[in-house]
Amino acid sequence: MKFGRMKNHRRNRLLIIVFIVCAAAGATTFTLFALNENINLFYSPEQIVKGEAPVGKTIRAGGMVLDDSVIRYEEGLGMSFVISDLKSAQVKVEFEGILPDMFREGQGVIALGQLNDEGLFVAEEVLAKHDENYMPPEVADALKAANQPNANMLDKAGYE
Amino acid sequence: MIPEFGHFSLILALGLSVALAILPALGVYRRDALLMQTGSSIATGLFVLLAFSFGCLVYSFTQDDFSVAYVANNSNSALPMHYKVSAVWGAHEGSFLLWTLIASGWTLAVAIFSRGLTFDMKARVLSVLGLLCAGFASFLLFTSNPFDRNLPFYPADGADLNPLLQDFGLIVHPPMLYMGYVGFAVPFALAIATLTTGRLDAAWARWSRPWTNAAWAFLTIGITLGSWWAYYELGWGGWWFWDAVENASFMPWLVGTALIHSLAASEKRGVFKSWTVLLAISTFSLSLLGAFLVRSGVLTSVHAFAVDPTRGVFILVFLILVIGGSLALYAWKASGIRSDAQFEWTSREAMVLTNNLLLVVATASVLLGTLYPLLYEVMTDGKKISVGPPYFNRVFVPIVCLLFVAMAVSPFSRWRRTSGDILIRQHWPFLLATPIVISLVTYVVAAGINFITIGVETLAVWILVLLARHWWQAGSIRSASQLGMMLAHTGIAVAILGVVVTTTYSEGRDVRMNPGDSIDLAGYEFIFEGVQKVRGPNYLADQATFNVTRDGEFVANLRPEKRVYSVGQNVMTEADMDPGLLRDVYVALGENVGENAWAVRIHVKPFVRWIWLGGLLVAVGGLVTLLDKRYRRIREVAGRPLVGTVA
Repeated sequence: MKFGRMKNHRRNRLLIIVFIVCAAAGATTFTLFALNENINLFYSPEQIVKGEAPVGKTIRAGGMVLDDSVIRYEEGLGMSFVISDLKSAQVKVEFEGILPDMFREGQGVIALGQLNDEGLFVAEEVLAKHDENYMPPEVADALKAANQPNANMLDKAGYE
Repeated sequence: MIPEFGHFSLILALGLSVALAILPALGVYRRDALLMQTGSSIATGLFVLLAFSFGCLVYSFTQDDFSVAYVANNSNSALPMHYKVSAVWGAHEGSFLLWTLIASGWTLAVAIFSRGLTFDMKARVLSVLGLLCAGFASFLLFTSNPFDRNLPFYPADGADLNPLLQDFGLIVHPPMLYMGYVGFAVPFALAIATLTTGRLDAAWARWSRPWTNAAWAFLTIGITLGSWWAYYELGWGGWWFWDAVENASFMPWLVGTALIHSLAASEKRGVFKSWTVLLAISTFSLSLLGAFLVRSGVLTSVHAFAVDPTRGVFILVFLILVIGGSLALYAWKASGIRSDAQFEWTSREAMVLTNNLLLVVATASVLLGTLYPLLYEVMTDGKKISVGPPYFNRVFVPIVCLLFVAMAVSPFSRWRRTSGDILIRQHWPFLLATPIVISLVTYVVAAGINFITIGVETLAVWILVLLARHWWQAGSIRSASQLGMMLAHTGIAVAILGVVVTTTYSEGRDVRMNPGDSIDLAGYEFIFEGVQKVRGPNYLADQATFNVTRDGEFVANLRPEKRVYSVGQNVMTEADMDPGLLRDVYVALGENVGENAWAVRIHVKPFVRWIWLGGLLVAVGGLVTLLDKRYRRIREVAGRPLVGTVA
């Protein structure tokens, strides 16, 4: 063994360094693994309609809640609504639970959940901002991308 | 006229802070004692001017002066008076004025309580603080002036304060938080000033300690209040969300905790000096980063203020200058710092090292999760992601569990080396008995075994039991520092118990209820009696009444509300709860989902109060350490130069 010939404190120091490197490598791997498992990508209604969004994986979808699209079920707290990019793309969202206070038809929202085989977005959580003037930046971008020629109209509507 | 006075005095304050940055430093450079001593009077003037400016803004709010744009955007004539005052810091401009005022307050405090410092050192510290104040004041004046007018056409009434902020918690939460954030500027300034002299000694560490403890205690109160507010006002019963802005306040707290411990080691044993300086720089840098995250709008968060790109750029540049400048200085000077004390792996120094290592790793994991959405967007050309709470729970929790193990044993460790006798032989009965007792109690009370829960509960109880034993053995507490340490550690253990018990044993349901319906949850029966309209000072509410009983005995009548604020037509949920030391019964009203049917959220949350109780204990512990006689003695020995002479 080479170690045997080393001075005692040098061997200790080497062991400590090896230990720290291993621990750091382990911790980094573990952290990055946990990070990749728990990031949720954002998809616009257009991307979802085109089939770009994965099925059965937790993602975020955002758009404007279409007017008159909110339907409450007779029993329980189940409901559905449609989010759109104010153009052609529309995605139906199903949700069971209590909506945030600022949820309204005609407002921008973000839903966290999974897309199923039939193209229905099953949300675990619906987020709306706590401020009536606020538009989630993701939604604003999605709207802009979908409404390039009409971007002026959006600015006028105060969505910039 | 009043707003103009405020504006004018803000301009003067900027001038004075520039003078504070330059004059004492010039005095040091020229060895001119007279110039060095200008610091105190300039700091006083700066504070008075900013306080006057702040007073003018408060006055404009109380007088409903809607010609001031900031007042018009954040207040309303129907707002109750105390909210008119707290609305001053309800949005970006005013809250930053408060921030700057607090910065000048800390600067003044340094000028007053600095008799133990040499003139030279005091001048350097005040100059660094002056530089920071100048940065804050110019940010205010150039990008976020709260005194801007809406002339000539101003609204007849204001747009109202965001109803979420119309709450007691939000009156107190921001000032406490800012006291913490900005308070870390003092250890930062001390570290920078000491680096420029190149002499890091025990006096520097001793001098930094009370300031760090004070700032840290305020930050603790701020975070605790924030969590409490989130619980009853916004969170539907949650108390921590790993939201970007929560993280922004949590990171300086974590590194600040590391700093407190390593300062103790630096003072007592002269070890880790350069590391401690780095921690002091990091703590304040993370505070600034927090401000950047909140105010620039780069991260999506429920807390973020309205977005204005120029502000983001300004703070980013300021951030780069402060962090880059201080790190460059550190790189230049720190190599000359030597720590020569020896210690063994069982010593208290090693415990402090473990504490620091784990806290820094924990901070790094939070920082990574917080900034990852930004990194990802840059790396993937605009793809947006969010990092969910599961990431933070999975990475952060194991790290702090290791930390708690170290926390349980560390109070009995000794400097240099701890004998195995103290470490193991005196403690094994406790270490063995606690998990058994905890398992039994958990099994009997909760009728189930969850190993992680039992593990963490055991850790918390270890900390408590071993502290109590230490207390008992020591007979009396020798110093305020020691008392403070024990209180703070007790607080952490109490908070851990609260967190783990609430997380594991809370029960909650979202249900649809008609008047007359009843529901059972965790042994409580909730009867929904109906909803009636109620009128508040500036809102209309649907108020529900719930009759809560347990085994047929009356517990409470809970009246959660759904408010619609008249001005902005904002809808707000006002939950109601029956608080208790052992459990909270919590009811929140959702929307009207059918004719008379309402969505209702019901929670029974055991031990949830312990989280905030623990937080307050921690803060009290931090404040108690300030009473330590040693710090007072530094002050009493007026004129005697400590820095540079005490080995």
